[in-house]
Amino acid sequence: MTARERAERRAAIGFVAPAVVTLAALTAGPALWVFWLSLRQRVPVFGIDHFAGIAHYAFLATDPRFWSAFRVTAVFTVASVALELLLGLGLALALRGQRVGRRAALALLLLAWALPGVVTARLFEWLYHPAAGLVNVALGVALNWLGDPALALPALVLADVWRTMPFVALFCYARLLTIPAAVYEAAAVDGAGRAATFRFVTLPLLAPVLLVTLLFRTLDALRAFDLMFVLTGGGPAGLTETLTVYAYRSLFQTLRLGFGSAIGVIVFVLVMAVAAAYLSVLRRREAAA
Amino acid sequence: MTSRRALVADVAVLVFLALYAVPFLWQVLTSFKPEAELLRVPPLWPTTLTLSHYEVVFTQSAMPRALLNSLGVGVLTTALACALGVPAAFALATLRVPAAGPLMLGVVASTAFPQIATVSPLYLVMRALGLRDTWAALVLADASFALPFVIWLMTRFMREIPRELSEAAALDGAGRWRTLLSVHLPLTAPGLASVALLTFLFAWNEFLFAFTFTATEASRTVPVALALFPGVFEVPWGDIAAASILASIPPVLIVVGLQRWLVRGLLAGALTE
Repeated sequence: MTARERAERRAAIGFVAPAVVTLAALTAGPALWVFWLSLRQRVPVFGIDHFAGIAHYAFLATDPRFWSAFRVTAVFTVASVALELLLGLGLALALRGQRVGRRAALALLLLAWALPGVVTARLFEWLYHPAAGLVNVALGVALNWLGDPALALPALVLADVWRTMPFVALFCYARLLTIPAAVYEAAAVDGAGRAATFRFVTLPLLAPVLLVTLLFRTLDALRAFDLMFVLTGGGPAGLTETLTVYAYRSLFQTLRLGFGSAIGVIVFVLVMAVAAAYLSVLRRREAAA
Repeated sequence: MTSRRALVADVAVLVFLALYAVPFLWQVLTSFKPEAELLRVPPLWPTTLTLSHYEVVFTQSAMPRALLNSLGVGVLTTALACALGVPAAFALATLRVPAAGPLMLGVVASTAFPQIATVSPLYLVMRALGLRDTWAALVLADASFALPFVIWLMTRFMREIPRELSEAAALDGAGRWRTLLSVHLPLTAPGLASVALLTFLFAWNEFLFAFTFTATEASRTVPVALALFPGVFEVPWGDIAAASILASIPPVLIVVGLQRWLVRGLLAGALTE
């Protein structure tokens, strides 16, 4: 290594060191520590702090509340991500041909996405109000959306779709704008109809963006907390309690830091598994291309 | 025929968007409705509009202090993440950083870390440092996701700057900091602006950390104050509506005024091919 390279190396370390130290302390450190914490029995208020091995995981394996939360998380994630992708893609396609109000449309979509999750929860809590909620008034029914076991989860999914569908629409729309008109003209010359054009031209060109959005949205849905915590609080009767809400309750309401961390670790592993699956799909696509 | 079909499509999209705005607009209307008319629907439109809910929120709730806390935490988080993240991004984009590959992978992976997993160790850290219920706790906790985000996007923006420019600056005798400040920073200013806006927005909206690390009005942010909005005998829907609208002001301003920058920041993640 020449003196010049050594100097560059030293300078580079100087530039990244503050960020790396901060990340190690605030992000990587806690991310590793939580695994250790999940192997401990730790209840600060009673001064309990000792090794527990895999006791928490063994308990969770047969814990009906855990499996219920797991199922709710899975249903919530699959349902909201699927609806968001379909609606978002549809809206992006519609907006591409739109001649009036495109700017206002983008502003409106961004607004729904940019609001704090707690605000969204409050908006929908009021819309779902049994007596004075706009949803019941508009439909002419008297349903208790957030209190009815059959309706609470769909109501929650709908609120999440309202909040995050714009993210999908925006990404797809931006990609659509970059497809040159010549591509469509060529398809028309070849006699491709609307369906064929969509199937063989638009969709393949959109695929990379759809894949990225699918990843982002799945990760966010698995990690989601604020919307359900405030809107339903996991109710009625735990039917909308996700893994994140169960973890939070265990950590800070029953103050079992070790046990709650074990649920946190499971969310962590799920998220990383989804990200890894996505990366392998991406590699395969690149290898095929 | 085609133009008529296009017109129908245009109108359909507009109707859909109008419906999409209803949840927010309904809350705006609710925030101006007299107390007595809140639970009487229909009619949708109240007989008179009132500012009384905003008056209550400003004089009798934790919201004014929460707005100040959120503003402070948001600005400080953004400043910290940019101050640490921009030099790191500069080095990753232009210099030979040891272990740059694993470092970048770690940065990208950590943007996916679920907060529910890191919240318990961070809670123990904050407790040990005596930072519970302070702005510092929230700024540090928010930096845990804001810093990787800033590094990731800024590295991408800075990689697009041609190498020749930094070499030219070096020939003119500029040191590395000088190059960062006079070449890379001005050229990535629009990108930095959108990254900073998004960071501020994430910090403003953040709920889990804020809910966990705060205990009193001294540090409670807007989402926490809104989630805990008190109702003694009945839920004060009008006051909650007014508080929600106040909580939405920065996102609304960012979206309406700075739409272009925001979109650029958002799309940087997906559209670099």
